[in-house]
Amino acid sequence: MKIIIIDDEPLARSIIKEYLQYHPDLELIAECNDGFEGVKAIQQIQPDLIFLDIQMPKINGFEMLELIEEPPAVIFTTAFDEYAIHAFESHAVDYLLKPFSRDRFEKAVSKWKQMNKTITPKDHLTPLLESVSNSPAEHHRVVVKLAGKIRIIPIDDIHYLEAADDYVKIHTKDGSFLKNKTMGHFETVLNKNQFVRTHRSFMVNVTEITRIDPYEKDNHLAILKSGGRVPVSKTGYVKLKSVLGL
Amino acid sequence: MARSPISVSKFRNSFFGWWLVWAVLHASLILNYGYSLNNAVIDSLVTNSLLLGACWIISNILRYYLPYSDRYLYVLIISVIFSLVVNALSKFILNLILTDISNTNYLIFLSNAYWLRLGISFLLIGCMAIICVLWYTQEEEQENRQRKNDAEKLSRDAELYKLRQQLQPHFLFNSLNSISALIGSNPSQARKMIHQLSDFLRTTLRKDEEQWVKMEEEMQSLELYLEIEKVRFGHRLSTSIMKDEGSMHMLIPPMLLQPVVENAIKFGLYDTTDAVTIHISVLRENDSLKVTVQNPYDPDTASPRHGTGFGLNSVKRRLYLLFARTDLVETSAKNQVFTTTIKIPNHENYHH
Repeated sequence: MKIIIIDDEPLARSIIKEYLQYHPDLELIAECNDGFEGVKAIQQIQPDLIFLDIQMPKINGFEMLELIEEPPAVIFTTAFDEYAIHAFESHAVDYLLKPFSRDRFEKAVSKWKQMNKTITPKDHLTPLLESVSNSPAEHHRVVVKLAGKIRIIPIDDIHYLEAADDYVKIHTKDGSFLKNKTMGHFETVLNKNQFVRTHRSFMVNVTEITRIDPYEKDNHLAILKSGGRVPVSKTGYVKLKSVLGL
Repeated sequence: MARSPISVSKFRNSFFGWWLVWAVLHASLILNYGYSLNNAVIDSLVTNSLLLGACWIISNILRYYLPYSDRYLYVLIISVIFSLVVNALSKFILNLILTDISNTNYLIFLSNAYWLRLGISFLLIGCMAIICVLWYTQEEEQENRQRKNDAEKLSRDAELYKLRQQLQPHFLFNSLNSISALIGSNPSQARKMIHQLSDFLRTTLRKDEEQWVKMEEEMQSLELYLEIEKVRFGHRLSTSIMKDEGSMHMLIPPMLLQPVVENAIKFGLYDTTDAVTIHISVLRENDSLKVTVQNPYDPDTASPRHGTGFGLNSVKRRLYLLFARTDLVETSAKNQVFTTTIKIPNHENYHH
């Protein structure tokens, strides 16, 4: 069994390492300082289990997991995060609250060993990630991956969002990025006074709009500062007008 | 309950002084009309004792019951009733005492002067009643003011206390986790960290907002905090501290700088993946202290709201509550360095 520890604090990693000594079947392959290293290591090593801290530099543990197609089983470790703990409890994923005892560690490991036989990690991680990414704390950025590189997009840099099959295409000043989420997800997490769903497949950052032109029958086109054009449906136009205070 | 005016010695002395003058005047007036000294003294003593009693009762009635509206009508009615009672009683008592036949003339004089005596009693009692009303109104207002001040101070103290107490639970639990790890690998380092953490926690538990501390003490607790954080983050965190010796004996509110430094560490460490150096400088500028804290940040990912908001709001609020100024915390972001500047005015100029 291959194990990876991802935590930005060296001593926090060392205690897991110490507890792992009692499990010869669990082989610690890599230790990572942050989510970037974590993504790389997970792709290279394809571990069976990772120990993942939540509060880490640049991208947190949840954001890191979102970037991985087939996530491994995860035991979360965190010092204090009420919101995350609530999410763990409601999605039956095991977590360790720092500082944790060896007994507690053993419990988590044996729980994982049990679960490992029956369900795949994705089954319980997907709903967990969905619920934590709706947390208010995550609203100021979106983390995406492009050609193996991780990018953090501040919300204000987003011009508009476009539905593309199972993905959402995020258009920014630096080009566009795909994110494995639904329009509905972005509609719930983004600030409703800044982002308006103007169309079944489009959401626009209203601060980027320079003008709104009529376009065919009941439809309109929002013209952005960047030159982008975003379709506005009849109902979308009503929503847009109320946000803009027209 | 408000104090009665008679319980205040200054008022009591002048009241009895006036009463004596008034009693002497009363007696000499009657002497002037040609009645005997005996008559004059007895009349003056009886009437004025009754008036004194009436004043005392009125001051107590108004002390326990003072209506909010129509208080002057109430005073008028009370004064009329009391002057009627005083006059009736004085007439009755004098008639009882002065039974000798030689006093008949005097009793006739008394009965003739009824309306005049009633008027004078009314004026005196009315005066006393109005003085009491004014006195109690003022006492009540003073009490209300005091209560309001106390309540404001209490809530301000509570808020300040809360602002000071905003030590992140993250810090505490992560430090304990580091200690737990060190116990296995490096017990003496673990023990050292327990001592540092205890010393640091002790300084945060200091309750009294009034008790400002020397900058030197604040720096010691700040250095403890930084030492603990360095153990947690290992080589990623280093600090450089520059302090002007002249500033070390100046006074500052306790635990003011810790949240600023905590903010810088969080911002610096969680916004970059590189090693981070936090710069702290403490300078004396004229009569005030100027503390600057700098941390690196990534302008591409830190949104401006994110950058300035963070943990600095509590510091701003606290400085506002202490100094009623909003210009004491300044932040700037330049060349991937985020700078927080805090000015702390001289203790003497503000301390309440």
